[in-house]
Amino acid sequence: MLWTWPTRRYGNVWDEMDRLRREMDSVFAPFSRSAATAEFPTVNVWTNEDEALLTAELPGVNVKDIEVTVKNDTVTLRGSREMDELKEGETYIRRERGAGSFTRTLRLPFQLDGDKVKAEYRTGILQLTLPRAAADKPRRIAVTAA
Amino acid sequence: MNKLAKRQQEAVEKADETLVFVPRVDIVENEHEILLRADMPGVTAESVDIALEGQELTITGRCQTQAPEGYELAFGEYQNGNYEREFTLGDSIDRGNIKAAVKDGVLSLTLPKAKESKPRRITVKAG
Repeated sequence: MLWTWPTRRYGNVWDEMDRLRREMDSVFAPFSRSAATAEFPTVNVWTNEDEALLTAELPGVNVKDIEVTVKNDTVTLRGSREMDELKEGETYIRRERGAGSFTRTLRLPFQLDGDKVKAEYRTGILQLTLPRAAADKPRRIAVTAA
Repeated sequence: MNKLAKRQQEAVEKADETLVFVPRVDIVENEHEILLRADMPGVTAESVDIALEGQELTITGRCQTQAPEGYELAFGEYQNGNYEREFTLGDSIDRGNIKAAVKDGVLSLTLPKAKESKPRRITVKAG
């Protein structure tokens, strides 16, 4: 994810390569838009024949500040995270968490039924259930012998 | 699914024990306490652990997120894993009164300063 970074990984060589690539991407991020890590929030999309599940890591965001719109095969997430305001006599010792507004649009592999989209926010993770439009589902056509 | 996609799916599916992320934090200090906030999406109050040993503060969190069953990963940008981060505290902390809460994947930690470490006002008497 964007806000946290793996420190150690005793995984296989592929994970290590992936980590290196992401580190390089982050170093060169100002020069390149290719890195997925440049996007916020980071998302995972899961699909089966009937629907897609989209999860996005959005810790500490007010649900009221999240807006989801669906059109055809695209889904757009909009929202913002407010900055914590300092009270009198408080000073920052460390400040790493980001704040501000974000927009992300993703195109899914099929048309969506916007009326049946469900959105849930738990433990800082937004999960969208995006059902495939009935008209877009593959249909089996029975072949009859003449 | 090709090999790469499969590997990617596996990586996202399991909350790999070897995958440890460093959570981003904000630390705020005032006269009486130190307030720490850490972004740890997927972590609940039950899965977070705070240890204070001497001046070393360690926060750990277990990600509770499971991969959905019956789906294939079409697009993956983040992985599930645990969180860990260590801090060295400059002030001594009133251990008995540490407060911790987790809300929406954000850990909030209140570390009250011990009395002896609070600045003391010394009155200077004219001789």
